[in-house]
Amino acid sequence: MWVYEKKLQYPVRVSNCNPRLAKYLIEQYGGADGELAAALRYLNQRYTIPDKVIGLLTDIGTEEFAHLEMIATMVYKLTKDATPQQMVAAGLGEHYANHDGALFYQNAAGDPWTATYIQAKGDPIADLYEDIAAEEKARATYQWLIDISDDPDINDSLRFLREREIVHSMRFREAVEILKEDKGKKKFF
Amino acid sequence: MTRAKTFTLIKSYKPFHSKFDPCPPIGRKYFSTPPQLYINFQPPNLEQFTPEEALKYGTLWKFFYDFYDNPYRERET
Repeated sequence: MWVYEKKLQYPVRVSNCNPRLAKYLIEQYGGADGELAAALRYLNQRYTIPDKVIGLLTDIGTEEFAHLEMIATMVYKLTKDATPQQMVAAGLGEHYANHDGALFYQNAAGDPWTATYIQAKGDPIADLYEDIAAEEKARATYQWLIDISDDPDINDSLRFLREREIVHSMRFREAVEILKEDKGKKKFF
Repeated sequence: MTRAKTFTLIKSYKPFHSKFDPCPPIGRKYFSTPPQLYINFQPPNLEQFTPEEALKYGTLWKFFYDFYDNPYRERET
């Protein structure tokens, strides 16, 4: 069960009217290394991971939904006042033809989200290594988005999200160490 | 934890550029090697940000803070 707080994890402000940026940001919404994929990956893997790290996957998976909400807010703010002609000019004509201004789970190239983006192998190390890789890929995606965006307010929020990927990666690495070392147990051989 | 002054979390290399390559050389390519790569398990008593700073930066721990900006920007001008 979840408790919903009706606010964003970090403020989302947009300085410039730039619908084209929304086209790129959607990568983190419905892309392979996006927040939806991350949330669903962790919240599904957690059922078959050792007890000690279930809580970690629950916490991080939940936070990914908070990030998803931030990306959705950016995309919505960047496109909400765009006319159909402005959408076409921003390279969002194909999106407009299908969705009007609605958000959709797809990547920057328009490919719809698919469960094949995520994996649940049932092997704790395989799953945690996938999670670490997912965090690093999301971190890199945020870097590329910061590189192509010149909106200082959007970049501020993107930097916050990138930093969270770093912290998540660290926690998944620690989870691997916990499973490796059997930490807390006094074992003598 | 402190790091040596010469240490950087942004690495770069110069890709080979042939005289037959169609575009002018990009010069250096950059990539991040963020702080979590340098540590296996977070040790106790690391230095913390204030709560206000932590909410802004996205981490409570100074060691894990890594500001990122477009490394190619200077070249654009």
